Amino acid sequence: MSLIVNHVSYYYNRNTAMQSKAVDDVSFVVQDGEFIGLIGQTGSGKSTLVQHLNGLIKTQEGQICFNGEDITDSDFDLRAFRSRVGLVFQYPEHQLFEEDVFSDVCFGPRNLGLTKSEVELRAYEALKQVGIADESFYQSPFDLSGGEKRRVAIAGVLAMKPEVLILDEPTAGLDPRGRDEILSLIRKLHDQNNIPIILVSHSMDDVAEYAVSLLVMHDGKLVYDDSPRNVFAEHRTELEEMGLSVPEVNKIMHLLREKGIPAPADAITIKEGVEACLEILR
Amino acid sequence: MLRDITLGQYYQTESVLHRLDPRVKLMGTLVFLISLFLFQNFTGYIVATLFLVSMIALSRVPVSFMFKGLKAVIILLMITVLINLFATPGETVVSFWKLTITKEGIYTALFMMFRLIYLIIGSSIMTLTTTPGNLTDGMEKALSPLSHIRVPVHEIAMMMSIALSFIPILLDETDKIMKAQMARGADFESGNIFRRVKNMVPLLVPLFISAFRRANDLALAMEARCYRGGSGRTKMKPLKYHLRDLAGYVILAVYLAAIIVVPRVVDKIFVQ
Ligand SMILES: Nc1ncnc2c1ncn2[C@@H]1O[C@H](COP(=O)(O)OP(=O)(O)O)[C@@H](O)[C@H]1O
Ligand SMILES: [Mg+2]
Repeated sequence: MSLIVNHVSYYYNRNTAMQSKAVDDVSFVVQDGEFIGLIGQTGSGKSTLVQHLNGLIKTQEGQICFNGEDITDSDFDLRAFRSRVGLVFQYPEHQLFEEDVFSDVCFGPRNLGLTKSEVELRAYEALKQVGIADESFYQSPFDLSGGEKRRVAIAGVLAMKPEVLILDEPTAGLDPRGRDEILSLIRKLHDQNNIPIILVSHSMDDVAEYAVSLLVMHDGKLVYDDSPRNVFAEHRTELEEMGLSVPEVNKIMHLLREKGIPAPADAITIKEGVEACLEILR
Repeated sequence: MLRDITLGQYYQTESVLHRLDPRVKLMGTLVFLISLFLFQNFTGYIVATLFLVSMIALSRVPVSFMFKGLKAVIILLMITVLINLFATPGETVVSFWKLTITKEGIYTALFMMFRLIYLIIGSSIMTLTTTPGNLTDGMEKALSPLSHIRVPVHEIAMMMSIALSFIPILLDETDKIMKAQMARGADFESGNIFRRVKNMVPLLVPLFISAFRRANDLALAMEARCYRGGSGRTKMKPLKYHLRDLAGYVILAVYLAAIIVVPRVVDKIFVQ
């Protein structure tokens, strides 16, 4: 699996008086098994960018290559391709429509033209993976809690067995507990399915700990593409100017350093923070 | 995808027409629409065209944008033209198979086509230069005498403005849900008519749910701010006439007089 984004730009309302640039010359590469965090303030173009990756938005400038094939080619089969790059939209629970949870998850694989038993097997597996109990399978999706609805919606995309999974702000609008559940579910999916995951968020704390590589967007441009550690250690003030804050633990480390205490600038998880503090006290 | 619809859409820019009181624009549109039925000959069109062209120029809305609105009604236009072309009796020009085109037919078809185009462009000038909120304010004020005979003018205006402000929201929502279902392999483009209708279910169910949810939220929010209908309610920006609005009414009166008088005078000169 390889996904290459090459100098992609996108304008809304192109060639009208209301033209606005939403994505500005963005390039990056998604490698096999990678966990990527895509961070940026609201309106920085994250959603627009990820909709390019499965061809929902046609590229206006630049190319996107999936396994060596240019998806912007006119003879490229986009419909078949969309199932290979799974995109979970923001507030995915708003797309639920079937009478029961199980049929809703069947919608995706059924559209792939699989046999009935294969469809049901996939739906079952996906629902199990996101941790929905058997009793809820034949409930109306609208009777579930907010966090459960979202997990059902994620299962709806997982059931298509995508080769890349993209989640657009999967924690938006959830309470802290729902947020933790979704984040740990995403980690589990990454470990078990061994597919690359792109996690879109405006909160550093969502991605800091787990992302191997961090993409930071601002005003449609990709400003940093590095490991979270390097980004936080080197660009803290710039991030804050962009309205993005570094993870809480990292903030504490920097406060300590300002006071002249030799705390590590690149500690980002609570565990690292605790160890660093113990080290200092010794 | 769905943002190509320009009929009834506001175009943001700075112009005299944008600043004009919505009541003048409502009256102006009404006068223009009526005026299109007040003449039967070519000279009338010259006067109407002059008026329309100057209004388009004054509005500073790109002409291409105005004509885009016509696309939505092109089928209607074609049907009208074809019916008039073939179904008007009179002096035959060409005939083939069972169809005949008459001189009168060509004349009426052209007449009808221009009348329809002018109707549409005339009314879109109003919506292009007036925000929906302003428009309903104007309507409410213009119709307010009717509230004495128990017509719920304020409530109707409020319903209209809510409906208008929901249109772009629902279009956005449709776009989003459509994309979300396409990401799950839904197909809205191919298949015969029955398949297509059936394929709309994954779009329509979430759309209705979201519309009801929004309506419910809005009702709650209005109630929380003690909205109790129109009686005793004041406006933040009450409508007031300015000099330019008076000038607008005068211009309208002159136009109306011109379109009644000029074609008749010209006719007389030519007949003599
Ligand atoms: N359908 C649309 N039409 C016009 N402009 C849009 C549309 N969707 C988003 N935008 C604009 O594009 C920019 C990027 O939006 P988006 O990709 O949604 O950012 P993010 O997901 O980072 O919040 C914003 O300025 C937004 O206002
Ligand atoms: Mg977004």
